[in-house]
Amino acid sequence: MIRLIGRRIFFALLTLLLVSLIVFISVEALPGDMATAYLGRDATPESLAVLREEFGLNAPAYQRYFSWLGGIVQGDFGDSLVRDKPVSEIIGNRLRNTMVLAITASLVGIPLAIFLGVFTALTRDRWPDIVVSTISIFGMTLPEFVTGTILVYVFAIRLKWFQGVATMPSDAPIDAEFFNIIALPVATLTLVMVAHILRLVRTSMIDVMISDYVQMARLKGVPARQIVFRHALPNAMLPTINIVALTIAWLLGGVIIIEQVFNFPGIGNLMINGISDRDLALVQAIAIILAAFYVGINLLADLMSLVLNPRLRTARGH
Amino acid sequence: MAAITPEIENVQEEASTQRKTPFMEMVDNLRRSTSGKIGLFIIVFHILLALTSPFIVELMPQDPFTREAGRNAAPSLQHWFGGDEQGRDVFTRTLLGGRTLLLVTIFGTTLAMGWGSFVGIMLGFLGGRADEIIMRLVDAFLAIPWLLFLLLIVGIVGTEPWIQMLTLGFFYGIPAVRVSRAATHDYVTREFVLAARARGEKKITVMFRELLPNVLDVLLVEGAMRWSWMLLAFISLSFLGFGVPPGGERTDWGLMISQSRRIMALQPWATFGPIIFLSSLIIGINLFADALAKALGLDRSQGAPV
Repeated sequence: MIRLIGRRIFFALLTLLLVSLIVFISVEALPGDMATAYLGRDATPESLAVLREEFGLNAPAYQRYFSWLGGIVQGDFGDSLVRDKPVSEIIGNRLRNTMVLAITASLVGIPLAIFLGVFTALTRDRWPDIVVSTISIFGMTLPEFVTGTILVYVFAIRLKWFQGVATMPSDAPIDAEFFNIIALPVATLTLVMVAHILRLVRTSMIDVMISDYVQMARLKGVPARQIVFRHALPNAMLPTINIVALTIAWLLGGVIIIEQVFNFPGIGNLMINGISDRDLALVQAIAIILAAFYVGINLLADLMSLVLNPRLRTARGH
Repeated sequence: MAAITPEIENVQEEASTQRKTPFMEMVDNLRRSTSGKIGLFIIVFHILLALTSPFIVELMPQDPFTREAGRNAAPSLQHWFGGDEQGRDVFTRTLLGGRTLLLVTIFGTTLAMGWGSFVGIMLGFLGGRADEIIMRLVDAFLAIPWLLFLLLIVGIVGTEPWIQMLTLGFFYGIPAVRVSRAATHDYVTREFVLAARARGEKKITVMFRELLPNVLDVLLVEGAMRWSWMLLAFISLSFLGFGVPPGGERTDWGLMISQSRRIMALQPWATFGPIIFLSSLIIGINLFADALAKALGLDRSQGAPV
C-alpha cells in the first residue's frame, strides 16, 4: 500500500518535471527572447547584446533551465521584465482571487452535481430527468463564454440581479461584497461543472441501482432511502472521483476564459495580458502553477480511489 | 417483435461470407439513429453554408463590410439581426463567420487523427522502450491545461489560420496517440495479425492492412469528439482575441460575440445571431459524435472535458 502510494507520488513529480521541461522548451523554441520582448521595436544588435548579458541569456539553455527550476522549488519565479517586479509578487493576490472563484464554484457545484445526478438517476426517463439532462447537455457542449454571456444577458441586463462585470481591485478583501461580485462567474463555472459531473453520476448510479446487491436489499425490504444512501451511493461515487478531479482540472483552464468574460482580476486574466505584452517569465510561471494544481488534483483523486477501492490495491499500479 | 429482430439480423450477418469490419457494423448502427442523422444534417448544412456563403452574401442587398445598417440598429426586415457596434449588417457577417472556424478545425482534426493514430498504432504494435518513453511524454503533455499551451503558442507565433491548424493539429493528436494505442493492443495478439507476421509481411503492411481497418471505428468516434473539442478551443481562442484579426475581410463568430457583448444591453441580436449559429454547429457535431459512440457501444460521459 505504502509502496503504491509512493509510486503514484513519484510519477506525479516526474510528470511535473516533464511539464516544466516542455514549458521551458516551448518558450525557448518560440521566436524572440526576453531581451527582444523587453526592447520591442527599439532593439538594436548592440542593446540586445548588452541586455542578454545582463539577464544571463547567453548561458547555455540547460543551465538556464536548472537555475529557473531551482528558483521555482524555492518559490522564486524570477522577475518580470515587462512589469519590473518579482513574478511572485504580481501573481500573489490574483492567484488568491482565482482560487476563491474556483473553490466557491467547486463547493457549490460538486454537491449539486451529485444531488442532481442521483435525482436524475432515480427519476430516469421521466420528466425531471429529461429536463435536467437536456440542460446539462447544453452546459456541457456550449463554450463557457457563450454560457457566461447568456447568463449575463438574463441576470445582469434583463433581471438586474447581479453585476455583469466583476470590476474590483485585485487586492479587494474577501467579504460579502466580493461574493456578490463573483456571483455570475461562479454561476457560469458551476453550470458547466455540474453538467459534466452529473452525467457520470447519473450513469454510474443507474448501473448500481440495477445491480444484484441493490435488488437483494430491495427484496429484503430495506427502505428506499436507506438503499439509495447506504447501498447505492457509496458505490456509485467511486468512478465519480476521477471525473470530479478531471473537472476541477478543467476548471483551471475554464477559469481563464471566464475571467476574461467578466474582467475578473485573476490569474487567467493576468496570463492573457502577459501573453499580449510577451511577459515570458510571468507566462511560464503561471503555466507551471496551473500544471502543478492539475497534477496535484489528479494525484489526490488517484490516492482517494486507492483508499476507497481495495480492489485497485492488488492490481498492478500504473 | 423488437426483441426478435436483432437475432434475425445476426443470423444473416453470419450467413454472409464477407467478414464485416467493426467500422462497417458501426455505419449500419448509425443509420438507425435519429439524433445521429439530425447531427449529420446540421454539420452538412454548416459545411455547405461555409462553402457558398460568399456567393450568397454577394447576391444579398446587405453588405457585411460597410456601415449601412446603422450603429446598434435593432433587427429589421432589411437587417435581420440588426447592426453591430460599427453599423455593419450582423446577419451577413454571421453567415460568413464560420468559414475560418470550419477550415481550421476540419483540417486540424484530420491532421491530429492522422499523426496521432499512426504513432499510436505503431507504438501499440511495436511496444518496447520507445513505447514507454513516448507514453510518459504523452502523460506529461496531458497534464498541461491545454488552453494555456494554445494561448502560449498562438499568442506568440501568430494567429494565421495555418499556424492554428498546425498547432491544434499537433496538440489534439496527443490524446489520439493514447486512444489508438489502446485500441491496437486489443488486436496485436489476434491470430490474423500473427498470421500476417508469420507470412513475413512488412511491419508497415501489417499496420495498415491488418490493424488499421479494425481500429478505424474507434478512431472515427475519437475524431468526431476531438473535432468538437477542437472547435471549442478555436472559438475560445478567437473570443480571447487570438483568432481572426478584427477589422479585416474575414469575420468570425467568436470575435463577433466578444465585440458585440459590449452593446448587449442595446442590441442583443448582434450577440445572439453568432451564438445561435455557433451553438447549432456545436450541438450538431455533438449529436453526431454521441450517435457514433453509441453505435460503437462507448459511453461519452467518460470523456474528458475540452
